[in-house]
Amino acid sequence: MHATWVIFRRELASYFTTPLAYVFIVIFLVMAGALAFFVGNFFDRGQADLLPFFNFHPWLYLVLIPALTMRLWAEERKSGTIELFLTLPVSIGAAVVGKFLAAWAFTAIALALTFPFWITVNILGSPDNGVILASYIGSLLMAGAFLAIGAALSALTKNQVIAFVITAAACFVLTVSGSSIVLGFLTPWAPTGLINLVASFSFLTHFNAIMRGVIEAPDAVFFVSVIALFLYVNAAIVELKKTN
Amino acid sequence: MTEMIEVRDLTRRFGSILAVDHISFSVTRGEVLGFLGPNGAGKSTTMKMITGFLAPTDGTAVVCGADIVADSIGAKRRIGYLPEGAPAYPDMSPRSFLRFIAEIRGFAGDEARRRIDLAVARTALVSVMEQPIETLSKGFKRRVGLAQALLHDPDVLILDEPTDGLDPNQKHEVRTLIKALAPEKVIVISTHLLEEVEAVCTRAIIIAAGRLLADATPVELAARSRLHNAVRVNLADGHDEAETALRRLPGVVAVERVVDLEGGALLVLPRGGRPIVGEVTDLVRTAGWAVRGLSVERGRLDEVFRTITA
Repeated sequence: MHATWVIFRRELASYFTTPLAYVFIVIFLVMAGALAFFVGNFFDRGQADLLPFFNFHPWLYLVLIPALTMRLWAEERKSGTIELFLTLPVSIGAAVVGKFLAAWAFTAIALALTFPFWITVNILGSPDNGVILASYIGSLLMAGAFLAIGAALSALTKNQVIAFVITAAACFVLTVSGSSIVLGFLTPWAPTGLINLVASFSFLTHFNAIMRGVIEAPDAVFFVSVIALFLYVNAAIVELKKTN
Repeated sequence: MTEMIEVRDLTRRFGSILAVDHISFSVTRGEVLGFLGPNGAGKSTTMKMITGFLAPTDGTAVVCGADIVADSIGAKRRIGYLPEGAPAYPDMSPRSFLRFIAEIRGFAGDEARRRIDLAVARTALVSVMEQPIETLSKGFKRRVGLAQALLHDPDVLILDEPTDGLDPNQKHEVRTLIKALAPEKVIVISTHLLEEVEAVCTRAIIIAAGRLLADATPVELAARSRLHNAVRVNLADGHDEAETALRRLPGVVAVERVVDLEGGALLVLPRGGRPIVGEVTDLVRTAGWAVRGLSVERGRLDEVFRTITA
């Protein structure tokens, strides 16, 4: 617990000692705004809600989250600090969770900085703030799932570019697994059970359900399970690298 | 319990390569153990296993009673480790880096501050405490790594090439530090600088191709040299005549011509490493040669190293 907290603080601070934090936050805010206003027709829709804003979050995360996670383990391996880090009296679980929570907290900060959107809709009309809150929570849960996947994949390599590419690819497949892109590929040959299983892994489906304003247990549990699963995978990969 | 590190049949395989092949040894308090071997001999791999970074394929090590496989965290608590190249987070300052290490090792508040101050004083880091580590010179980076390893005052110090890349003054400082710490600790250093072994180590282990080939004090190792007890005679002139006469001495196995900075000299090699300086000086005196210099060789570690590892 203590070690997780110490690692969490070091990792979170490390985002802000480099330009990474500022570049990431600015790009995130600019892109979130641009997509909501120009692609999502935020104003022209004439509705006081944040749907056009949240709609693009999965796609935004697809590009930006791998950039955040690619360095988590790959950079330590490349620079050799992993040898220092893993010879400290810390369990691998504590290290994995500490790094993940720091990345998640950083994403939460970036997400929280989108509050002007929330203020704007509240000035322009009277939105359902419950729905907005649910959407924020859903977005954060989804970001957590992306981060856990990215962190685990980052532990596989010492090359950050590889970590980025495979994370983006994995996240893309999971995001669209409910859509015709993936299902169309499976339908001709796969049994219905498998197709339904793959479809149930779709981040979009679960996120869209939350965006409707109700955080239903299955959707929240889905994201939390993905996080837990990939943190476990992350620890297993780090452990495995000690023997291989 | 005086045996603070006990390595038992430690083995590590990378695919088909046997990097460390059933190495066993133990180290007791007060010893400074030098790990010698050519590059790729398995020195670093052995250290990485003892410190818990790599899992052994077979065998284990016990550090202060904690088994590195069964109680990895317990062992890590007792070890201060300087990995090869002294890695540290480049965007942190030595102060924040050492604070992180102190906290993760369970020190807080005044205790953490006191320990950081002590480690910083011992490694002479005061002047660079607020600079990002990536901007520091190689020597300072190495010292940051040493400070990190010393912070919790561990019983066991494992230092992988602690003086690599340091200038002669810095090397001297680090060696002085190691010697000062030695009496109450177990220190294992790896190096390929043989002068370092002679300067700080009480014992040396030579490994090559993953196998332990020698385990002795530096003096004992040097005594295995064919140069051990050899006598170097530098004469004003008449080397030819002297060479023939010296070769006839019963204790002498061979006489070699050597050329060094002072000009030519004769190197008189003893039979079986026995002292021959008495015989040689007697001969010099009776023959009445004009001697410019005469010295006894203790044997050279580098030569022994080459013989063992070649």
